[in-house]
Amino acid sequence: MKDILTAIKRNPFVLDGGMGTLLQGRGLSAGEKPERWNVSHFEVIEQIHLEYLQAGADAVTTNTFGANALHYGEEELISVVEAGLACAERAVKRAGKGYVLFDVGPCGRLLKPYGDLDFEDAVQLFQKTLSLVGNRADAILIETMNDCYETKAAVLAAKECSDLPIFVTNVYGADGKLVTGADIPTMVAMLEGLGVQAIGMNCSLGSKQMAELTGEFYARASLPVIVQPNAGLPREEDGKTLFEEGEEEFAKNVRRMVEEGARIVGGCCGTTPNFIRRVKNTINGVAPLPVCKREICAVTSYTHAVEFGKIPLLIGERVNPTGKKRLKQALAEGDTEYVLNEALSQTEKGVSLLDVNVGVPGLDEKKLLTKYTCAIQSVTDVPLQLDSSSPSALEGAMRRYNGKPMVNSVNGKQESMDAVFPLVKKYGGVVVALTLDESGIPQTAEGRLAIARRILKEAKKYGIERKDILFDPLAMAVSADPSAPSVTLAALKLIREKLGANTVLGVSNVSFGLPNREVITAGFFTMALTCGLSAAIMNPFSVEMQKAYYSYLALTGKDENCEKYVSFASLYTPSAVAEGGRKQAIEDGTLKSAIAQGRAESASVLCAELLKTQSPIAIIDGHIVPALDEVGKGFEERRVYLPQLLMSADAAKAAFEKIKAYLASTGAKEEKRGTVVLATVKGDIHDIGKNIVKALLENYAFRVIDLGKDVPPEKVLESAKEYGAQVVGLSALMTTTVPMMEQTIALLHQEYPACKVVVGGAVLTEEYAKKIGADGYGKDAMASVRFCENVCKG
Amino acid sequence: MSVIKRFEKLDFCEREALRYLRFGQSEADERTHSALEEVKKEAEAVLAPSVCYLQADVCGNCVGGIFVGEKSAGRFLSGCRRAVVFAATLGIGIDRLLSKYGQTDAFKCALLQAVGAAYAESLCDAFCSFLQENRKEALGDRFSPGYGDFPLQAQREIFALLSPERAIGLTLNESLLMSPSKSVTAIVGWGAPKTEKGCASCQMQDCDYRKDIK
Repeated sequence: MKDILTAIKRNPFVLDGGMGTLLQGRGLSAGEKPERWNVSHFEVIEQIHLEYLQAGADAVTTNTFGANALHYGEEELISVVEAGLACAERAVKRAGKGYVLFDVGPCGRLLKPYGDLDFEDAVQLFQKTLSLVGNRADAILIETMNDCYETKAAVLAAKECSDLPIFVTNVYGADGKLVTGADIPTMVAMLEGLGVQAIGMNCSLGSKQMAELTGEFYARASLPVIVQPNAGLPREEDGKTLFEEGEEEFAKNVRRMVEEGARIVGGCCGTTPNFIRRVKNTINGVAPLPVCKREICAVTSYTHAVEFGKIPLLIGERVNPTGKKRLKQALAEGDTEYVLNEALSQTEKGVSLLDVNVGVPGLDEKKLLTKYTCAIQSVTDVPLQLDSSSPSALEGAMRRYNGKPMVNSVNGKQESMDAVFPLVKKYGGVVVALTLDESGIPQTAEGRLAIARRILKEAKKYGIERKDILFDPLAMAVSADPSAPSVTLAALKLIREKLGANTVLGVSNVSFGLPNREVITAGFFTMALTCGLSAAIMNPFSVEMQKAYYSYLALTGKDENCEKYVSFASLYTPSAVAEGGRKQAIEDGTLKSAIAQGRAESASVLCAELLKTQSPIAIIDGHIVPALDEVGKGFEERRVYLPQLLMSADAAKAAFEKIKAYLASTGAKEEKRGTVVLATVKGDIHDIGKNIVKALLENYAFRVIDLGKDVPPEKVLESAKEYGAQVVGLSALMTTTVPMMEQTIALLHQEYPACKVVVGGAVLTEEYAKKIGADGYGKDAMASVRFCENVCKG
Repeated sequence: MSVIKRFEKLDFCEREALRYLRFGQSEADERTHSALEEVKKEAEAVLAPSVCYLQADVCGNCVGGIFVGEKSAGRFLSGCRRAVVFAATLGIGIDRLLSKYGQTDAFKCALLQAVGAAYAESLCDAFCSFLQENRKEALGDRFSPGYGDFPLQAQREIFALLSPERAIGLTLNESLLMSPSKSVTAIVGWGAPKTEKGCASCQMQDCDYRKDIK
């Protein structure tokens, strides 16, 4: 059998050019689905393929760009895919040469959390199409993808239902980024991690602009690079769309791209068989640059990559419930906001990655790790380290992770390697390898090095390279064994020198059992850094650690002009000054006035102060609620505007956080007034009003389940039942979505009559609310709160 | 294939943002004003305003084959032979910030919603000014699916015509809502008379969102 992977090893490999623009020239009307022509105008499709092959293309791409289950019913999908393959096969037969690439375009919907398509649904969607291909193509070409997450879904689908080689091209702007933000290093790292066979760029840019990016792409990639530019940028002339580049210019630029590292070349929108003919002639005799193995150890999010081995990196360790009662409580209660704030506040302290560990005995770690991985990725683009001793928890999160994750961890035990390496091979990732095995942690540096070697050897069997492993030579408590730190540091050095691998340490372990732990941890951290540590898992709020880190960077020439040090040190506040600020806040008045005026920091300090003398419930009833009532009344009377109301809500929240922390430390549970489920109805995305109601209800000590926007009636019902809600609050802003609100209310009243429904939104009036069957009308946020209070009073 | 126009910078109208925050005609207090400035800066850093568009024929109550509603056609396209169909987006950056603040900071989230809405309006204005450059024929007022009798269903046809998914990364979901969320699809006619528009023609005199009408 002819092997496309061998073919691309020799000369530059030429793909075909545009299809859509050619079809429009032959009568396809704007808005008509091009894949239908595989059946209705098969001779046209076949002819275009043939023209490309005759022009010199080594492969043709099937006319199946939009052939997915969102655009076609099941039967028609089968027929357009089958006919599309048949057109390409016939053309290849007539030409007497040529490979067939099965074309997969984006599905046209954005994935959650920014769109509404679930990741797994996207995977299934691509599988529906790809499972029809069988062995009738030489490779799968996933192309024109402008979202990193959707690209991952398509690649996983291809891996799971086909053995064909996978080629992937993404749509970059002139800034070298996808429209959803990912840059070239990100896409290269993620796609190589996923194990595809060739990667590159297509569409959007003209050949001139794409040539500007080719060198950078080649320098990152360990795989053959594909380029398929447009014939320049489309422009408008007398109401018509024209492309600006001619054949000669295009071919010249493609030649430049081959000289700078492209190996598989073709065209996209606006290109024709003549373009491809000119390309073929122009690159004739140009030898492509070799495909090189790049030693880049990179972890990514959905926007950027962080690279180990340049300057040492910080990994924030705070999202880990070990020894943290408040976090355990938040995980147990599903208090996502607390967890997200723990993650976000670390990103403000300059960490490059965040560790995510949600292992709490008695909780479903597999479910939680995936949930919080997705939730944290919805608030920050800092890459994550997925941290669990459970391979199944890791797998769930690695699959869903948007980008190439860091994975913690594997170790020298055969069982661990058998479980974790297949995951890294399938989903990609940089894995932390602990230097321990069946006989425990070796007492000597040489012993740990030997385990590292074995891990490396075993990884090779899976095709996992050294660059994707970070060795952890294990920091242990100096209080238990005075020689432990020296062994760790010696092992660290050996692994760097003998294996050339990157390293990581959970440095805090060293100070276990000692007072003022951060003092000695920071000392150890500096020592590890001088031994060549690549990254530390650490507490970014520790000023001692920051001092050590920024000093090290400046003192070793890793901080140009000492810029990082200066910006850290000039903001660094000695503790006496911080104490002064706290006192000021206390002298500044009462908790009630702090909330009424919307001063969150003061509210937090004042509440902590009150907790010394009063019970939580006395503070809530005697200070927080009266303050909110006062502001709420002002809002109802239009003396207070929305932003001011929300500032007060924030201040109250800050006070509540102190109460929650206090309760967690005493092991007590917070009393809730009742449970309210909130949603913006299906078809509507306006959630400002809903979010305000949520903030206020939480302040009034309600448990709030926020389902978000565009929520179908069934989902509202399901959640209301699941959480035993006393009230459901529905919001709609558009007249077009009020019928959906009515439908949701009817369903709730029928299936769950114990629950009351309050509605709000700009298009509603009291009368209208009654008409559609609501139990209450929230004229504004305060009115909704009052309604819930009345219902829950009983 | 639709044509793409990107914008480097957009004007920002604080009055417009305040209107979305229901300040009516009132001035912002100092803290709201400074917080709004801060949020505006954050939004500005992630803006990626882009528009894709096509010129299309107006035929009866249709533009490029898309039915726009009888009343809308009468009001916005009377006397027009050609119109521009466009889709505009501020990009996914604002949605990312909204996702962050929506889950952690209700105050900033509300401000950002307002800032995003004001920027989306500003993008449409900038685009229409761009269209108007070097053209003698005047552009009318833009109008969008879901308003008046222009059916919301037309979103699907506009998307089929422009392919904004591919051009500018703008997608449509089952409920006919767009992602990124700060996006607009609209039609604007060449040579249409300026109508009395928006708030001035509205019956609801005491609406919180009402613009100052002079």
